[in-house]
Parts: sequence; C-alpha cells; structure tokens
Amino acid sequence: MKKRYLGLAVLAALAMGAEAQNKGVIKIASQTPLSGGQSKLGVAISNGVRLAVDDEGKLITSLGFRLEYAPFDDQAKAEQGVANANRMINDGDILGVVGHLNSGVAIPSSEVYARVSLPAVSPANTNPLVTDRKSTVNVMSRICGRDDVQGPAGADYVIDTLKAKKIYVINDKTAYGEGLAAAFAARAKAKGASTTEIGIEASERDFATILNRAVAEKPDVVYYAGIYDQAGPLLKQMRARSINVPFVGGDGLDGSDLQALGGSMKNVFFTTTAVPLSSLPAARGFAQRYNSKFNVAAEGYAAYGYDAARVIIRAIAAAAKGNKNNKPSRESVAAEVRKVKFQGITGAISFNNRGDLPVAKYVIVAAQDNYDDNKVSKIVSVAAPTPDLK
Amino acid sequence: MSAELFFGLLAPTIVDGLSIGLMYAVIALGYTMVYGVLEFINFAHSEIFMVGAVIGVELLTAVLIPTGLHPVFQLIIAIVVAAGAAGILAVAVERFAYRPLRVRNAPKLVPLISAIGMSLLLIDVMRLILNPANPNRPFPSGGSFDFFTQTINLGFVSINYKTMTVFVVVMLMLAGLVYLVNYTNLGRGIRAVAQDQSTSSLMGINVSNIIVITFFIGGALGGVAGVLYALKYGVASPVMGFIPGLKAFTAAVLGGIGSIPGAVVGGIILGLLETFAGTYLPLMTNDQIGTEYKDIVAFGLLIVILIFKPAGLLGKAVAEKV
Repeated sequence: MKKRYLGLAVLAALAMGAEAQNKGVIKIASQTPLSGGQSKLGVAISNGVRLAVDDEGKLITSLGFRLEYAPFDDQAKAEQGVANANRMINDGDILGVVGHLNSGVAIPSSEVYARVSLPAVSPANTNPLVTDRKSTVNVMSRICGRDDVQGPAGADYVIDTLKAKKIYVINDKTAYGEGLAAAFAARAKAKGASTTEIGIEASERDFATILNRAVAEKPDVVYYAGIYDQAGPLLKQMRARSINVPFVGGDGLDGSDLQALGGSMKNVFFTTTAVPLSSLPAARGFAQRYNSKFNVAAEGYAAYGYDAARVIIRAIAAAAKGNKNNKPSRESVAAEVRKVKFQGITGAISFNNRGDLPVAKYVIVAAQDNYDDNKVSKIVSVAAPTPDLK
Repeated sequence: MSAELFFGLLAPTIVDGLSIGLMYAVIALGYTMVYGVLEFINFAHSEIFMVGAVIGVELLTAVLIPTGLHPVFQLIIAIVVAAGAAGILAVAVERFAYRPLRVRNAPKLVPLISAIGMSLLLIDVMRLILNPANPNRPFPSGGSFDFFTQTINLGFVSINYKTMTVFVVVMLMLAGLVYLVNYTNLGRGIRAVAQDQSTSSLMGINVSNIIVITFFIGGALGGVAGVLYALKYGVASPVMGFIPGLKAFTAAVLGGIGSIPGAVVGGIILGLLETFAGTYLPLMTNDQIGTEYKDIVAFGLLIVILIFKPAGLLGKAVAEKV
C-alpha cells in the first residue's frame, strides 16, 4: 500500500517537474492552530487552503511554476506565530499567507510580514486592529467582518430580541475577547442596558468566582467574548448553578466542540461573520468535496480559508503576469491582493484601501445540540467602518 | 458593595474555595510524599493527574455508560481504574526515568530535569493518542449523568452533587492515607525511609519497595484528583495538568514540603485564598481589579507567608543531611 503511494508521489513529482519549466517554486503558507484546544477551527481553515490549492493552483502552475502549500502551526500563541512568521519571511518562495485564527496572534505576526511586504489574507480575524494599523495596512487584508460591527450586532440582538436589561459581560483577556466585549458593552450601554464587565484568563477552567457573583446579581443575559474551548466548560458550570438565562457570544463559539464541551444548547446564541455552509448556496459543492477529501464535515471558517487562499492565488497569478510571467515580488503580490475581485463561495470578495471587505455579512445563530443543526436566526449586511489608522 | 451582596456570596465562596482547595490538596500529596522519601520534586506528577483524568473520562464514555449502571457506581469504577492506572504509570516513570539516575548517584538537579522532560513527553504522547486535532474530552453529561447536576439546598447555601462528590471522595482518601501512614507497618516503613534511608535499610526495610509504593500511592491520588477535576470542570485534555499541578506544588510548599498534613492545609488555604480574591476583589474595588488578578493576589500573599515561615506552615526547618 505504502509503496504504491510512494510510486504515485514520484510520478506526480515527475509530471509536475516537467510542467514547471524550471521557473522555480512558489509557496502559499498558512498559519493557524493545528494543535491544542482550538485546533478544530485551525485545521478546518488549513484544509480549506489545501482544497483551494488543489482547485485553483493551475492559475499559477500554468505559468510554469511549481506550487507548494506550507501549513504552519501557530498553536494559538502569539510567540509561536511570530517565530513562524520570521521563518516565513526568510523563505523567499513564500509569496502569500492565509492566517490567522486568533487576532492576538495575527496582530504581532503581521508586523513581521510587513517588514518584507509579505501579504496575508485573514479568513477569521475580527479584531478591528488587524486592518487598522498604519504599520501593516499594506499587507494585512481579511475576508470576514469586524468586531466593532459584530459586538454591536450582538448587543442589538440581546437588547431588541432577547429584551435584556442587565447583562453580565465576560471576556477572556485576549485581543479578540477584550475588543469584542468592549464593542458589545459600549453599544449595550448606549441602548440603556446596565453591564457588569469581567475578565478571566483564557486558560482558566474554574469559574466559581464569577458565577457566584452572577447568581447574586441575576443578569438577564450572560455575554461571553472568547473561544469555545473555554465557553463549553463555562456554560456547563453556569447551568450547573441554575443560571439558565440566555448565553450569547461571538464567532469564537462557532465550533462543534462548544456542543461537545458545553452540554445542552438551549438558550445559546452567537454572532459570527462565518455564514454557516447551509446558508451559502455557492458552497454546496465545496462542502461535498471537503467531506470526501478530509473525511470530516466542513465547519467554522473552512470555507473562508478556501476563499482567502483563492485571493492569494489570484494575486500571485496576476502579479506574475505583470512581471512577464516571472516570479513576482512580494510587494507586487501585496498590491494585487487589493485589486482582486471575484464571487467567492462565501460571497462577493473585494477590498477597500485598508483590506476590509466593503460590506460584510454578520449572522446571529441559535446554537442547537447538534452542530450541523445550528440555525441562522438573522443575517445582516453592514458596511465596514473606517476609523483612523493607529 | 452592599452588605447583602457581601454576605450572600460568603457561603458559596467558602464552599467553592474548599472544593478546589481539597483537590489541590490531593494532588499536593503526590508531590509531598515523593519529596518526603526522595527529596526530589516529581514535576511529572501534574501529567499523572492528567492521565488519570483522561482514562477516567474515556472509560466512562466508551465502556461504562453503555452498561447503564447507576452513575454513582460508574464513577466509582472509573475512579478506581484511573487511580490504579495512574499509580502504575507513576511507578513506571520512576522505574525508567528516575531510578537509573538515582542508582548512579546523579546530582539532585538531574532527576528534576528528567521529570520536566517526562512531563512534556506525557503531554505529547497523550495528544497523539487522543488525536492532536481534537484533544478535548468532555466529561459525560446528559442522560443518567444529569444525576450529578442536582443540588442540595442547605438553606444558606446550595451545593451541587459534583461538589459533594469531591468532598466525600477527598475525605475518604485523606482518612485512608492517614490510617495507612500512621497505623500500618507499611506506613511505618514509609516514615522510616523518609527519615533516613540507609539506617532503614539496615533495619531490614526494603527501601526500593517503599519508594515504588510511595510513587504508586502518590500517582493513584493524582489519578483520583484527575477524575474529580474532570467531573467538576467538565473536560479532560492533555494540557489540563499544568495549572492545577503548579498550584498543588505551591500548596505543598506552602504547607511545608514533605509534610502530609501540610499539603492538606496548604491546598485548602490556597484554594480559599484564590476563590476569595477572585470573588471579592472586583466587588471591593468597584471592578477596578478584576477576577483575573486572583492568582496574583493569592500568590502575593503566599510570598508574604513564606517570608515569615520559610519552611512552610507545618514544615520543619531541618539541617541538611550529611
């Protein structure tokens, strides 16, 4: 069995070598957590990129290059992301990055990419600062929404639809959690609700202290800005203390581990910028091919990983054509990223001058006990705000 | 802060502080017993705890739930198996990573480094076994396991069955350990080896056996704590051992490392300190100092205690053995 695969690989390599006409290798890299508690979302993105390289790699290989995919594991840790980024900028074949999952990792890593103008397209980073920094404004783009829209969208839902007046706001002390919680609380207060704002380290699993207080304060809604690997145990411990009010969060709750770790999904809602595949008609074929290739259902940001990689592939191809079909510079690829325009499986993709989608979709999802049954309760399209660069 | 809120939170805070503190205490016993006989910190102990938790959860999910037994019996079986497996693992770690160093008279820092290496190795091996892409294992919930989500209302405080289970199991284990160490021949052997290895061996005690048994008991206690931790917090994962392990080690030092009652006292004090800090600091500072600072406050107080009692609360300052 093994030998046969080896033989196939050699054949494939020979075939590619013949096609490559010695113009060299072009690599597309990705940076997401491939190990650790958040790896489910990270692996989904990486799988999406792999599928895009398979599907559209010919845009690059037809110009005579060999295309390779280099997945990096940032372990959801800023220091690992930066270390990987330093390795990437020293590999001249890497012309584009898909990443990251965590804003707290994307922000410091993109400072490294910016040193050599290596473009990165984020499938999932919603913190406003990902695209709002002067230092990285030319290299960092994203095909998802922003927390300064996602947070307020969540607050509108909590106050208008769930009729909450007293909200307990918990964040996980990461760039993502703090940013999202702040945007949520600001809108909630502006709409007249009262909030108690609490931070808790992302590695904490004992929520006795904050939950005892929630029992005493009797909030109408608990809002949590963080990731599902903490949200699950938090939700379970909350329900064990008979706090049965709605539990609402951001896109960090969009993963089937929330169901596995959190128990019953009664009264659980989250906002996300990742429209579920079931609500993306264009993604139906993608979901099937993903399933047959990786033997697991596509979830979370998988389709966004796919579209982000397609942006990079198109930009590289366009830059190479502009360079007389020779290997393009990273600067030219970064410039081409902003000119990319196509109908992706996640929606229409194009960028404003700082790398945001001009209009992004935001979804409110009612979680169900089975992840695949998660119900979209509302989809809104909101134009990207453009605050001053920092 | 209103007095009503202050007093309303008092009872639940004490209950939660005690329950996490008792868990630290049980883990701390593993550190302190090994230190007692070998004067060496077994940093792989936090991973023995993790392995116990994972084995307990996997056993429940894959084998015991389909049997349809009463959840209490299922939990008892899981705890016993996890304790045995964790004990055996601890003995294996001793046999392959520490004993070869000891018989070659390596300096005391050397086994410490192997212990850290062992700890990393166990984390990654477990990650591989569990599937690195999705290593979280939820503790069973729903169905018959809803039994553990019930609560007993004592009037001033309501306690759920999970917390009650932690109290009961920990108390039973502590009682058993006290009996074993103080009232049996084996316990006398452990105490003798802790006092002076060469003299005990002259008195006919098999020192190597005592060391193996100490590792087994410490590991088994860690395994039980692992299952209880997974029950209370709802999830087992390869990286779960680090923080409770670090805190239990701290508790052992606070109580006086090498002292069994010290580990229990240290665990309870640390648990109460951090729970009180986490609950009351934000309330007293009007949310200027948040719950996330609870560890800083707890560990800050710890430094102060150790300044005044450098050997720990119940430890004795002893001269270096010559």
